[in-house]
Amino acid sequence: MSLTVITLVLLGLSLVAFTTARARGAMFAAPGARHGGLELGRVHSRPNYHGAYVALLALAPALLVVAVWGVVGNRIVADHVIDSVPAASRPATDLDRSAFMSEVQGIASGEMEAGFNPATVPAAKVYNETSGSYNLIAGGIALMLGALGAFFAYRSLTPTFRARNKVERVVMGLLILASLVAVLTTLGIVLSLIFESVRFFEKVSIVEFLTGTVWSPQTALRADQVGSSGAFGAIPLFWGTIFIGAIIAMIVAIPLGLMTAVYLTQYADPRVRKWLKPLLEILAGVPTVVYGFFAALTVAPLVRDFAISIGISNASSESALAAGSVMGVMIIPFVSSMADDALTAVPQAMRDGSLAMGATTSETIRRVLLPAALPGIVGGVLLAVSRAIGETMIVVMAAGLAANLTANPFSSVTTVTAQIVQLLTGDQEFDSAKTLSAFALGLVLFVITLLLNVYALSVVKRYREAYE
Amino acid sequence: MSSVMATTASTPAARPDKAPTEWASETMKRRIAGRYRSEAVFKYLGLVALVLAGLFLVFLVYTIVAKGATGFLGTEVKVTVTYDPAALGIDPAAARGPNGRQVIQAGDFQTLLSKAGEALGPSATVVSEGAWVALRTAVMDDPSLLGKTVAIWVPVNSNVDQLAKGKYDLQEPEATRGIDDASVAKFKDLDRRGLIRTGFNWTFLSAADSNDPELSGIWGAAKGSLLTLAVTLALSFPIGVLAAVYLEEFAPKNRITDLVEVSINNLAAVPSIIFGLLGLAVFLNFFNMPRSAPIVGGLTLALMTFPVIVIAGRVAIKAVPPSIRDAALGVGASKVQVVFQHVFPLALPGILTGTIIGMSRALGETAPLLLIGMRAFVTDVPNSLSNPATVLPVQVFLWSDDVQRGFVEKTSTAIIVLLIFLMMMNSLAIYLRNRFERRW
Amino acid sequence: MEIPTVPGHHGDAAADITTKITARNVNVFYGEKQAIKDVSIDVSLENVTAFIGPSGCGKSTFLRCMNRMNDTVASARVEGSIELDGQDIYKSGMDVVQLRARVGMVFQKPNPFPKSIYDNVAYGPRIHGLGGSKADLDGIVEQSLRRAGLWEEAKDRLLESGTAMSGGQQQRLCIARAIAVDPEVILMDEPCSALDPIATAKIEELIDELRGKYAIVIVTHNMQQAARVSQKTAFFHLGTMVEYGETSTIFTNPVQPRTKDYITGRYG
Repeated sequence: MSLTVITLVLLGLSLVAFTTARARGAMFAAPGARHGGLELGRVHSRPNYHGAYVALLALAPALLVVAVWGVVGNRIVADHVIDSVPAASRPATDLDRSAFMSEVQGIASGEMEAGFNPATVPAAKVYNETSGSYNLIAGGIALMLGALGAFFAYRSLTPTFRARNKVERVVMGLLILASLVAVLTTLGIVLSLIFESVRFFEKVSIVEFLTGTVWSPQTALRADQVGSSGAFGAIPLFWGTIFIGAIIAMIVAIPLGLMTAVYLTQYADPRVRKWLKPLLEILAGVPTVVYGFFAALTVAPLVRDFAISIGISNASSESALAAGSVMGVMIIPFVSSMADDALTAVPQAMRDGSLAMGATTSETIRRVLLPAALPGIVGGVLLAVSRAIGETMIVVMAAGLAANLTANPFSSVTTVTAQIVQLLTGDQEFDSAKTLSAFALGLVLFVITLLLNVYALSVVKRYREAYE
Repeated sequence: MSSVMATTASTPAARPDKAPTEWASETMKRRIAGRYRSEAVFKYLGLVALVLAGLFLVFLVYTIVAKGATGFLGTEVKVTVTYDPAALGIDPAAARGPNGRQVIQAGDFQTLLSKAGEALGPSATVVSEGAWVALRTAVMDDPSLLGKTVAIWVPVNSNVDQLAKGKYDLQEPEATRGIDDASVAKFKDLDRRGLIRTGFNWTFLSAADSNDPELSGIWGAAKGSLLTLAVTLALSFPIGVLAAVYLEEFAPKNRITDLVEVSINNLAAVPSIIFGLLGLAVFLNFFNMPRSAPIVGGLTLALMTFPVIVIAGRVAIKAVPPSIRDAALGVGASKVQVVFQHVFPLALPGILTGTIIGMSRALGETAPLLLIGMRAFVTDVPNSLSNPATVLPVQVFLWSDDVQRGFVEKTSTAIIVLLIFLMMMNSLAIYLRNRFERRW
Repeated sequence: MEIPTVPGHHGDAAADITTKITARNVNVFYGEKQAIKDVSIDVSLENVTAFIGPSGCGKSTFLRCMNRMNDTVASARVEGSIELDGQDIYKSGMDVVQLRARVGMVFQKPNPFPKSIYDNVAYGPRIHGLGGSKADLDGIVEQSLRRAGLWEEAKDRLLESGTAMSGGQQQRLCIARAIAVDPEVILMDEPCSALDPIATAKIEELIDELRGKYAIVIVTHNMQQAARVSQKTAFFHLGTMVEYGETSTIFTNPVQPRTKDYITGRYG
């Protein structure tokens, strides 16, 4: 019996509860009916609410049990199965465990014939038995709770029962829960990043991480090797991130983004603007992996040929310039849209005042509108920078993975995001300093982008308020 | 009179009055001409910026389509095969029996194909290494083939496939060309004998990943994307909508509400790779969920997408005028009823548009899914939410790493498919917005 | 419709009256809708001209024709002739940029730029290249502020933001800004409607001082203001100019019945 079956049965049960209770509610509402000496026909709540109340009370505890089991069950069953394997052939590390369990699950469902470890076949039998019986228990508890809930709820149905209020309270609770998901997620991100980073900083000092200039994350290959032979100085990564995302990309994105916004807001007539704005939005909608492929396939060779033609003979085929310029084009819509908003927020009276003095449109833009819109534009640029430094695929595919500390745009540099991908893909021991460093990098990235975003949004907000 | 008069009367004039401006003077005329010139240049610059952005987009699309359009075609070679049960090691009676499929599956089709290839002569090497699967599928679909001699079209290997599509510059010397003279000769030989054809590549749309470009397809990744997005939608839509409704209609103005709003705004701007880290640490390591499975991918993407839906939902709900709410309250509806029966249906088009846009973002996401393991080499089409799977953009990424020419083509073709999906989704969003969105 | 001219209007001795703007048979369309029908009027240097009439009757629209600010509205179309010193301002030979310097405008809501007081006033001269050296520019700024009656209040705060002043001061700053480019005409679109009575009184005094140096046209909702401030008044109604003449006559003895109804408050 699988969880899906249990859930379906529960849903069926709640449907039965709903219809029964609704019928009861309808009976209350029928004109001329009597119940326990009360004149009926005037009820507090419509029958649907009576039905919903009972159904909810049946479903809620049952679903809770099923959900908890669904999440926690895997682990408990896995533990049980692993324990059943004789100690000699038991998988040792966490990674081996999960590989073992996926093989067991594959055999158990009939997709695979056998796994690498011969112990998987008998383990699969144990898996089927264990998960079957545990599911049965969980299902049984859930059904019992459901039936109990339905029974007690049904008993409290009377004509004056404020079913609608109770149902609405449940709905409100759901709403609040949904909103709290955001807080929980943020908390989850912060906690998981901090937790793993702390484990990292137990192996590598935080000072070395933040100030070291050599990034060569090798770790001990054998458990008894003393000390880590790797260097975890992240400065080359920070520099690469800034070089590509905040410098090269912005050199491309700011002028182009600003001028497109100026043209669209001040010069283009409304029909043209209606068609051109979606064009920019298309640029923003192309997946970054496509940009990365294009950068690696077409732009990088062009950049290398260009570098060779101007005399830089050892230009690599992965360059900061290739990745940065494509990233810049990708960011243009962000800058343009923020600048557009900022320029439109400047009151029309300002523009009229300048034009009425005999200024041309470009003079009005350059001398009045842009300076007036500057805080909004700066905020937009900061948000764009935040987006650029968080970007991954373009850099992974076109800028390379070599942690160089160089100002040469034709050479290969790497960024924080590219390294995170590099460190965490492929078979990794989860506890090694190498994989944990990815979380430390993630923490730095999260904090920096958070600070940038908060600051930028406050700048934009103050700017908007100034013109309200 | 007043202070103004008094002031100007009492203070002496600081300077003599300026001479009136000579508007018609030469200097003035030149200056004005210069100002109009810089106006024209400035306006031009704006237009140039737009055109540059547009050109880049055109260049991008052109490059991808040029490289990838041929990926929808595949080259095949005709071989005549004798389905000799003895050579296959199959008992014909058993093949027709109840376990027929398993029996056939165990047959040795590789050797059969090699023998059939001998008829092609030395050119037999053009046949793809995995072409024997086509033979097996043919027999499984029609066991009566056993014992017969039939001609069948099978895929050629990737180099010959690219050659047939004209992707090699035959003028180049052999060393740098990418394909050797011998292969070219074999191809020409078979072509002359009418044994080569290039037609629509159904394999691409129906197969999963493979080591050989000519046998690889995107269906595995496409289905993985479908499953993952289904999970993402199922999770992020309800949560996003409910949270939007709460924040706009019910939330009191207190610190907790502020905290929620700040969280949502920040989450919407967090780099996507951080969500990958979250998924890795929490879903994979803490909850031990199956690696590389659509359910984990969907969960991770749902966390990333729901802030987008909340923000879009809030805008849509805010746009519904208060008069609607007041009217409903006026006839005695409760607040919850007002919101769900009156406001929500009117805000729905805007919410749906926002959801579709969020989904199309999720469809194109690569980095977070790489971190939760969806970069595995998955050769089977996923069947459930917990089978290992990959998604379209990750497939693009994996193929882009492969230097075989055939995979360069396939990567571009996969991108075309991805872009088509995105275009469809965005067009749907735009259609919804134009058709149903009301201007109050 | 024949526009009645008050006896003695065109018969004034030419030497006493300098006509700056001559408008004849002006029609203004916004797309299909006609906003101004066949208006003809003269604006002179010595007399402050007031446009009065109920809301939406075209006073501001016509005002904006005189410095071609209607050009900024895409659907606007102007027919007829408007001449500044004998030159048709809608002919292709006229330079809009120059025109707007010669015909300045003050708006209903004070709109100083978010710059310093000095930079606000110096904006026009800088653009048109009217101040050669720093000393020249300083002189222009001081003169403009003096003429606008703002010098004493502003002379110690020239570098402070122009938006940090009271409404009345901001409006005088806008007037100083317009004066700084040495205009010949100043158009004022309800300049006092956003100001308190004391600030309004100051502006009205200012207008009286500026009369004779600049030809002033003031659009106003407030009939009493028109009576106080102007010498010539034009009454607009539904896009036509119903009556034009001496202020005193319009307000005491109007010819047209519609004018009389408006003056006595029967509508508007």
